[in-house]
Amino acid sequence: MSRTDDRGVLVDLGQERPQLPARARNMSPIVPRASIHGRALVAVVAIMTFLASMTTGAVLLVSASAAEWQSDVASEITIQVRPQSGRDIERDTAAVTEALRAQAGVVEVRPFSKDESGKLLEPWLGTGLSMDDLPVPRMIIARVQPGTVLDLGALRARVTQAAPSASVDDHRAWIERMRSMTNATVLSGIGILALVIVATIISVSFATRGAMAANRPIVEVLHFVGAGDRYIANHFLRHFLRLGLEGGVIGGGVAMLLFGFSESIAGWFSGTPVGDQFAALLGTFSLRPSGYVVLAVQAVLIGAITAVASRQTLFATLNDVD
Amino acid sequence: MVRFENVGLRYGLGPEILRDLNFQIPAHSFQFLTGPSGAGKTSLLRLLFLSHRPTRGLVNLFGHDISQLGKDEIADLRKRIGIVLQDFRLLDHMTTYENVALPFRVMGRSESSYRKEVIDLLRWVGLGDRMDALPPILSGGEKQRAAIARAVISRPQLLLADEPTGSVDPTLGRRLLRLFIELNKSGTAVIIATHDIALMDQYDARRFVLHQGRLHVYE
Repeated sequence: MSRTDDRGVLVDLGQERPQLPARARNMSPIVPRASIHGRALVAVVAIMTFLASMTTGAVLLVSASAAEWQSDVASEITIQVRPQSGRDIERDTAAVTEALRAQAGVVEVRPFSKDESGKLLEPWLGTGLSMDDLPVPRMIIARVQPGTVLDLGALRARVTQAAPSASVDDHRAWIERMRSMTNATVLSGIGILALVIVATIISVSFATRGAMAANRPIVEVLHFVGAGDRYIANHFLRHFLRLGLEGGVIGGGVAMLLFGFSESIAGWFSGTPVGDQFAALLGTFSLRPSGYVVLAVQAVLIGAITAVASRQTLFATLNDVD
Repeated sequence: MVRFENVGLRYGLGPEILRDLNFQIPAHSFQFLTGPSGAGKTSLLRLLFLSHRPTRGLVNLFGHDISQLGKDEIADLRKRIGIVLQDFRLLDHMTTYENVALPFRVMGRSESSYRKEVIDLLRWVGLGDRMDALPPILSGGEKQRAAIARAVISRPQLLLADEPTGSVDPTLGRRLLRLFIELNKSGTAVIIATHDIALMDQYDARRFVLHQGRLHVYE
């Protein structure tokens, strides 16, 4: 029995108005898309994602530059031959150079001439000074095949046999200091990132609570028409996931643009003292493609964290509404 | 269909506002619920709609002891009940059509299976030209009719209405009453909470009178 048939006997309330052709369709989402609380949530997530992306990007830049320095420094050995009375420093330098060339794993040996060694002292002693009267030590730089582990004890013995006044420096202490500094930077970055994520979760929980409070009438009406918690939660979860992803894409996108742009800025400053210092410290100031992938994944993760944090708040609010 | 035995309700640590309620509502029955303002009519309707749990006593609905039911089962039972509240509770971001179609949407039915039914009902309650309108621009009477249409669209077994004629003129009030009567004739048990004596006088039905938290039934 159709509804129209059932009510045919009644006074039709519609008779007093002209009946228009029906165009109505279900177009509106269950949870309204645009609201002040929704926009606030997007802004919170965007700011947090931006801060997290900047932290991660900076950590990636520092660790990549540090790894580059370490590999450069680790593949070099410096030998210093000091002048000693009764010995010919030129002969000692030549003997040490030969000994180094005979060493397996050493791919290049470059002894500094007397003039070159003198030039190394120019920043301290000034120019135009005669080096003949000074006991200037000779430097020899040996480049080691990357990945080769040298027996430094044996090398030292061979070098001192060739020239008793020679000393070998493999920069280990410096590398260790550099490694600890890099590790400390990376750990600080991870710590800041963790704080940003915790702050994101807390902010998102509050923003979700606010958004849920604003949407409480919708939750109540959905209960009235027989919707279960799961149905309501799924709709709100989808809503918050979309807001979270929107915020993540905005925050992460701005950070990526900034990193892309910083490469150009570094280019403008190249040749200036500041630019050169930065280039020495942070390389080209550009993220590798894998860095951008990390930032994109992080933005999606923060969107997902938003949805999970919202979900917890959501079920707590639904219990409260019931 | 509905059975209350020694039911009491209090909010928090406050006094008991409903006391020792004992009554039954058979299927296909029609009753008015009346009493002075603050007598607990809305609270009783909320108990019947399962949005409140009694602080004591037994409530049996559609053969289920509600104290034994989980949230999902309660949500399923609510699909068999229609409710019209005093403040209409229409969703402002949805059109009249979407508001009325909401129970079907929540049931997961495809729109093509109910569209004609929703449009027919909206035309029947005089909202044929307001289907695409949003609630904020509807008049009080139009909101009232939209809320009633939403409550009856899924043909509930039990219809609860809280002051359903409170926002309409007497003529429209009479027409809405006739709508409820016809719904009742087609098998829905109806409970209308009202303190409009004139409305109750228009139809000879059982009266539940709430006074100082106690219920008196006049057959």
